[in-house]
Amino acid sequence: MLCQRCGEREASVHFTKIINGEKNELYLCEKCAEELGHISLQGSDPFSFPSLLAGILSPGLESSLKKTDNHIKCDECGMTYEDFSQRGLLGCSDCYKNLEDRLEPLIKRIHGNNNHIGKVPKRKGGNLRLKREIRQLKEEMDKAVEKEDFEKAAEIRDKIHELENEIGGE
Amino acid sequence: MSPYVNLSTWISDEGPEQDVVLSSRVRLARNIEGIAYPNNARKEELETVTKCVQEAAKNINKDKLHYINMDNLPEIEKGLLVEKNMVSPEFAKKGSKNGILLNNSEKISVMINEEDHLRIQVFMPGLQLNKALDMADELDDDLESSLDYAYSKKWGYLSACPTNLGTGLRGSVMVHLPALNFTDSIAKMLEAVSKLGLVVRGIYGEGSKSIGNIYQISNQITMGSTEKDIINNLESVTQKIIEQERRARNNLMKNNEIKLKDKIKRSFGILKYAHTISSNEAMRLLSNVKLGIDMGIIDIVNTRLMSKLIILIRPCHLQKNVDNELSAEERDIIRAELIQSKLNV
Repeated sequence: MLCQRCGEREASVHFTKIINGEKNELYLCEKCAEELGHISLQGSDPFSFPSLLAGILSPGLESSLKKTDNHIKCDECGMTYEDFSQRGLLGCSDCYKNLEDRLEPLIKRIHGNNNHIGKVPKRKGGNLRLKREIRQLKEEMDKAVEKEDFEKAAEIRDKIHELENEIGGE
Repeated sequence: MSPYVNLSTWISDEGPEQDVVLSSRVRLARNIEGIAYPNNARKEELETVTKCVQEAAKNINKDKLHYINMDNLPEIEKGLLVEKNMVSPEFAKKGSKNGILLNNSEKISVMINEEDHLRIQVFMPGLQLNKALDMADELDDDLESSLDYAYSKKWGYLSACPTNLGTGLRGSVMVHLPALNFTDSIAKMLEAVSKLGLVVRGIYGEGSKSIGNIYQISNQITMGSTEKDIINNLESVTQKIIEQERRARNNLMKNNEIKLKDKIKRSFGILKYAHTISSNEAMRLLSNVKLGIDMGIIDIVNTRLMSKLIILIRPCHLQKNVDNELSAEERDIIRAELIQSKLNV
């Protein structure tokens, strides 16, 4: 079988990527595979995160962005987007702010969404944690009402009031 | 030879669904605000992290954690931690200002300066993901009371690698799936499971064919769901896999009883009488014997013994039994002796 990219050389690399259950198969020759960053013939591990990362980014996404964008830099730690795409690791927590435009589409691809709805740190989270808790309690209250368990619903309502007062009091 | 190296209780204790699930693990990735990630940090910064985390751990009264400095740890001790799957091989190799906090039962461990500043881990025997999550959650709260975590409203807990963003949570179960493997259903399961946002990999081996039929299943996506939902998803898929594995075992018994019993008892015989045995062969045979125990075909040894032996026969654990360094041939002999001493009941 011929390489699906250049259509000239024999395909010798079979690449399967599964992102959120969506399967993509590619048959490439070694040269194209290396150019696309799917494998590194010099590098040790073809499935290392950076090479897979490059796979996620290319070709669709990568081509839509200018090459120069890779030099945007985190003011805090000096890490460039290019460093990141080679290592697969960011340099510090500020990278998320400073490289946000480039990271956002990537994060969306990895997780299929762009929004954390889980735990909030107790001390740092402040009101956010309470708001999340209220939202959860409201869902529970609706469920209790549906089941016509009004006693429980009233109990939850009181708890919600308490939390709302806590936020208001700050 | 000393009786054998003491194993963590999460390896030797009983646990729910232990005929299929060896152990459960929950891991949270956390970083401290204002300090570069370990891959990009200066030595002094790494030291600061270690100091802060040690200080924060002092506030925990419930389950005392003690600190082990990986820099000064003898190679063999590092190897023991890796073989128990408590630290990654990369973490053990690193040896630069990294360390680990452990409690006495070794159910709780906090890796300091791995890929992230903190990797909080809780291990439990059998299928106990929710319990492990609760413990990790509590420990996380305790540590946070004196550490400023890097956190964003939008992306949650920030991590060195964007694949851990959000909850920073990776739950995993180690499962023993001999019957699904015999019947070649593993590939199908792998595909189905990957569609549900989970990853399966064989441990102690390359690729999907694992040595000893032991696989690790974990969640892939860490953002966009609550911690509870991530763990419940993993748990319910694991329940389905347990069901499938048990069904495959029953079918083997129904359709291939003689062949199955023969295979299991021959494996038992070899383990009991061999004078020298390689790690791969031992893993394969131990897997057969564990299957035999869990199906009631062999009833003179306990199933947890198999979970223990899988770890005890690995190179560093064997080495630990004797004082001098062992060649590969010597290891095979000691391995056979060790297995025999455990199976002679």
